[in-house]
Order: sequence, then structure tokens, then C-alpha cells
Amino acid sequence: MSEEMESVEDFRLRAREWINANLGPMQPWDISQHCDTDEEELRAVARDRALQRKLYDGGFAGICFPKEYGGQGLTPEHNRAFNEELAGHEYPSRFSVPTFSPCAAVLLEYGSPEQKARHLPGILKGEGVWVQLLSEPGGGSDVAGATTAAVRDGDDWILNGSKVWTSRAWWADWGIILARTNWDVPKHQGLSVFILPLHQPGVEIQRIERLNGESEACQEFFTDVRIPDSDRLGEIDAGWTVGTRWMYHERIGHNSPYVTRPIGLKREQSHEPSVIGIARKSGRLDDPAARELIGEHCALGIITHELQGRIAAAAASGRGNKDLSSIDRVFRGTASVRRSTIAFELAGASASVWDEEEEDATQAVGMNFLMRQVACIGGGTTEISRNVVAERVLGMPREPSGDRNVAFRDVQRGPKRS
Amino acid sequence: MWHELTSDQELFRDTTARFLNDRAPLSMLRKNRDDPAGFDPAYWTAGAELGWTMLLVGEEDGGGNISGRGAVDLALIAYEFGRHAAPGPLVDCNVVALALSGQEGELQRTALGEVMTGDAIASVCLGAAPWQLPGEATVSIVKDGDDVIINGTIRPVESGKQARYLLVTGMSEGGMTQVLVPADAPGVGIKGLKNIDVTRRFAGVSFENVRAPADALIGAFGQADEQVVHQVRNAAVILSAESVGAMDVAFDMTMDWAFDRYTFGRPLASYQALKHRFADMKSWLEASHAVSDAAAEAVADGTALAGETACAAKSYIGEQGVELAQDCVQLHGGIGVTYEHDLHFFLRRITLDRLLYGTPAEHRRWLAAMEIDREHAA
Repeated sequence: MSEEMESVEDFRLRAREWINANLGPMQPWDISQHCDTDEEELRAVARDRALQRKLYDGGFAGICFPKEYGGQGLTPEHNRAFNEELAGHEYPSRFSVPTFSPCAAVLLEYGSPEQKARHLPGILKGEGVWVQLLSEPGGGSDVAGATTAAVRDGDDWILNGSKVWTSRAWWADWGIILARTNWDVPKHQGLSVFILPLHQPGVEIQRIERLNGESEACQEFFTDVRIPDSDRLGEIDAGWTVGTRWMYHERIGHNSPYVTRPIGLKREQSHEPSVIGIARKSGRLDDPAARELIGEHCALGIITHELQGRIAAAAASGRGNKDLSSIDRVFRGTASVRRSTIAFELAGASASVWDEEEEDATQAVGMNFLMRQVACIGGGTTEISRNVVAERVLGMPREPSGDRNVAFRDVQRGPKRS
Repeated sequence: MWHELTSDQELFRDTTARFLNDRAPLSMLRKNRDDPAGFDPAYWTAGAELGWTMLLVGEEDGGGNISGRGAVDLALIAYEFGRHAAPGPLVDCNVVALALSGQEGELQRTALGEVMTGDAIASVCLGAAPWQLPGEATVSIVKDGDDVIINGTIRPVESGKQARYLLVTGMSEGGMTQVLVPADAPGVGIKGLKNIDVTRRFAGVSFENVRAPADALIGAFGQADEQVVHQVRNAAVILSAESVGAMDVAFDMTMDWAFDRYTFGRPLASYQALKHRFADMKSWLEASHAVSDAAAEAVADGTALAGETACAAKSYIGEQGVELAQDCVQLHGGIGVTYEHDLHFFLRRITLDRLLYGTPAEHRRWLAAMEIDREHAA
């Protein structure tokens, strides 16, 4: 019936030839997603869109997406081979997460044929950058406690509320949003997911300046935004079913088979400042105490990498509990915090200053230290991950909660005032 | 430890696990608390028959392994040693066997044969080490005609009082020298020392103008640095895997306690303050498994990152393993510091393993030196 699938090795050779002929070397902005100015950021976005289009035209976009939606209809092994061949080359880095995973992955799993036909080819052609509208100002980790609400109005829904911590929303095109559609049932049973164009009347996007001066993350305010029911993803009030898979795809992130991203980033290509360079600059490279810190920093890097491999192997073998990734999250967060502290310690007093004309802002070790806890906050705090590890990996009793089996309308959402 | 093993590897590991259950249960270790050797020689020769001391030795010398990667197979045995807090100089005998593998010379051949059958114990006197700064070595080896002269002291040396052979590493002009010395050679002083473990025995060894013939050298005079590095990496793999085994048991014991112990009408496992500590310990434990396995593979395969990975394993497990064991004590409360409870066997194992063949600080300094060299080369 169908034509025979190209073998992974044939595909790899074809990919290698095409990549060498069409893609330039890896650029600094492929590694660090940080740009110093908005203009620079928008140039990087335009370049990524053009690169994604190039992949599409070359027949390498969406390797694991079905052919009918513009993909290549191949397997995760093909995608992995492509990603291995991509090592050292430029790639559309702003498309990998969250556009391909979780957003496109969720569209693929829960979209109607019409929705998939409408959106997936555009994503693969570089025309659509997507974001996930999940966290709310009222609560970060309690995602299912969303209070942004959609109310049915004929063939449409009317959306009101706010989402927050959305990276890149100021220039992205589309979002998927988790909203409350029923207040009379327990919290997980009254949610629905919608597709939303970001730039339309009633959507106000504000950028959030973080303490280091960068303002990549945004908050969105929705005022009577009209969403046609045809943009609902999954069943009404069954948004948590979608949400569970959504968060699964978010957790696997860069390791998703839907993501195009070079495998095997060399350590020197990391955007982290070298601790050896920091110690040399502060004149402490030969100090045994500094050497111990450098060794510890390096060891934590090796262990973070090996732990990720171990957990991925457990997942691939089918023996792993899906919540094992929370172990990785706790370790990665705490190890990253320790590494920031080591870099800060090695820099000495000069961590506090840098010369704008002569030094790159990434050498602002003190500023990185101020942002240290991001590693334990972003993408779900390590405290929540510790709960997941204790309860779902180790099987310990669950924390008591005030919102189980209660209509969400009756759940207490703030202090009781007498 | 690895998620996937071949059936041959599983059989190999399980055979040792069953043997240790039978021959070295904790009740026996308690009974041998004051035994001078800590174990019966027949236990050691029976273990050697199971393959404990042959895995790093080439087939042409009568050695061999299961999977083609001797260090990986040995890590499986070491892991079971940790799980059982088993007695016996597993690390030293394997390091000596590795050093003697492929060596000519009658003394070396005889010693290797005896170590592989378990007939002889060999101890390692690491009087100079790769992480040391100039002047830190405690043993010196100088040339005197066709002989070498050894001077210095070293401690702790595992099973030193039981050893028939000593593999001595000392500093010479130009680099390290390794020499195999019979433990009863004139000028060798071996004094049994008290130590923090119940199951293992340690000695202090002194060399006073100990003379050894040139044909007792392992490798060339003053040029043993590379082989010492290789031996220490293998030792780091064994000790890391052993500590991970002991960490697993301490953690499981404490998990059981958390579910069985009730206070204020609730199991300990229901308190979030404690749940978070268990979650942290679980992350350290999984990270230790991951880096221990990675180190064994990298050292077995001799990859470019073998040194870094072995140092990462030895330093991380050395530090975090002890923290995990002490947290297990804390979560047990008072019973955790009694001799009656079994937890201390694993606390001792992990604590001692941290100190042997380089402390976490030493391995970190060594790792930093490798990284700095790598950066210079780039």
C-alpha cells in the first residue's frame, strides 16, 4: 500500500548532504536565546523564520509530522539522526520550544483534522511561532486552578482573565490557552483549551522586566476576547485531559521527537561563562580552594548530563515511571544554583561590576548570581517537583488539599477576612 | 546501577549477591567485630572463585570478564559489596591485579596468580598520588645501583596486616615509581590501626630503606604516572559503585522507617518537611547511580572523558553519599546512632569510601587541573 519508508541511514546521508550545502555554522544566538536589544531579537526571529522555511523547502521540516500536514511522516529515529547531523550548524532555535513541543505536539494529538490542516503547515513553514498560555498571576504551580474564564456565547466563547510568564509573547503569533469553562465542578473537570491569535482586539500584552533588566517574559490581559468554538482544542470541560499531555510535552521539551535541534552541543559552546576564565580574571586560578570549586562546578555539569541520560533511558525502556523527570528537575535546579554560586565565589569582588565597553554582559557574574533561583523556579518550582518525587515516585501520602471534590466556585482563593 | 544488563551480567551479579547473603550476613559481620582480619580466608578464596579479582586482568594472564568491559562487571560486584557492607579488600586486590596484568617477572607472575585465586591478599600503598602538589608525596623511591630504595610512611592501607604483597607507589626524580614488595621484606613495618569501620581492617605501613631489585618494578623507574592514573580511576569506579550500593540500602531502610513509624497519629512519610528531604535524597541517589555507571563505562572504554567522569563520580558520591547517609541517621532519630541498628554498617562504608583513593577535594582539584589543561590545549 504505502511506499517503503526511507531507512534511517539513507536519510542521514541525505540530511548530511543537504545540511552541509544549505546551513551555515552555529551562531551565538542559537546557543543563548538572549539578545541585548529588541531590534537584535527581532532580527533573530526573522532569521529563524527564514531558516524554518528553508528546512520546509528542503523537505526536512517536521520530520515526525504526518505528510498530509506538511511534515515528512518519518520516525523519532529519523529525527534523531537529523539532529545529530545538525550538530555545529545554525538552526531555527526559536521554533523548538514551545512552538514544536508542546504546542504543535498538542495540536497533533488533540486538533481536529481541520485545525491541524489550518495550523500545522504554517508552523512547519516558519509562519507561526506559538506560545503556551498556562500560568496565571493568581498561582504558578497550581495550573489546574486557572481562573481565566471562557463563557459560551452562541457559536463563540468570550474570554476574560490574565496569563503570565509567557516568554516571547510580544512577538509570537499564536497561543494555546487553558481556561475555566465550568465553575460548578471540581477544578480539573471544568477546564477547556483554546487556540488564540495573540495580536487581536481585547488582548493586551505587557512585558515583565526581570531584575537583571531583560524583559523577555510577558503578561497578557484578556478583555472580552471572542473565540469561535471551532478554535476549541479537545472536548468542552475536558481541558485537563489535554493539559496532562500538554505538560508531558512541556517536560520533555527539547528531547521531544517533534523538535529540530542539534544533539551534542559541545561544552565550549555553552553560553555559561567559563569558571576557569572567571578564576583567571580574578587571579585565583592557582589557589587550591579555587581549584576545588572549579572541579565541583565541572563535576556537577557532568552529573547533570549523565542523570538526564539515565532518566531518558529509563523512559525509553518503558520501565521508568513518567514522573522520574521530576528527579531530573530537582537535581538540575539545585545543581545550577550551586554552579551559579561557585562562579560568583570565584569572581570575587569584581563580580559586582563590568565595563560595558570591554566586557560582554554575560560576564556579569554578579547579575547571573542575582538571577540564580530562576533555575529552581522556571517551568515549575523545585518544591512542586519534590512533592511529585515524594508522592508519585516514592509513593508517600499526598498533601491535604482544599480543592479536591469541591465545586471550583467554592474553593477558597484568598485569605478569609473577618 | 544500570537499568539494562545482559542475562550473563545479571547471573554474575546475582551469584555474588547470594554468596554474600550466605557468607557475610550482617550477623556475621557483627560477630567478626574484633576478628583481626574481619573475615575468614576461605570466604575470600571462595569469592575469588566467583571472579572477584580477575575482571581487570587480561585473558592471556588468566583473567577475563563477562561483558567485554571489566570495569563495568567489577562495578556490579562492588555494588553488591556496598549493599552487603561486605568485608574483604576488593579495591586493593583489583588494583594490584590490574597493575600486574601483562607484567613479566617471576615475583609479579606469582603474585598475580595468588591474588587471582584469593590465596594472597595484596595491599596498595599509594605514597604518591596524581592530585598531589609537589612535595606532598609521603613515599620516596630512589635508585641505588640495580636496586631501588623505598622510604616513607603511608596510611591507611587496607588489610595491610593480612597482605602478602604491597604495591608501593612513591615519588622519584622525574615522576612516580611503582614497585611490588613482599610484605615481609626487611625494613617494612606494618602496624594495625583502629578504624571507623567494623568490617574492614587498616594498617599504617612504614618503609625504612627498603631495598627492592629493579625487576620488582612495575613499569619504568620514574615513569609510572600514567599507570597510576589508570589504577586510581579504576579504584574510583569500584569505590563509587560500592558506595552507591550502600546508599541504596540506607535509603531503602529509611523509606521503610518513614512508612512504619507513626508520630502524632501520622506516618513520618506524610510530613511534607520530610517528604522534601526524601525527594532530595532520591535526586542525589539517582545522580550517584548515573555518574557511577557513566564512570565505569568511560573507564572501561578508555574514552577521552574517562578521567573527568571518574573524578566527578568519586567527588560527588564521596560528598553527597555521606550527606545522604547522615540524613538517613537523622530521619531515624536516636535509634540511628545505636550499634544495634544496622544503618551504621552503611554509614561507615560510605564514609570510608569517601576517603580512600582521594577525597572529594582532591578529586575536584585533579578534575580542575584536567579542565585547565583541556582549555590550554583548545
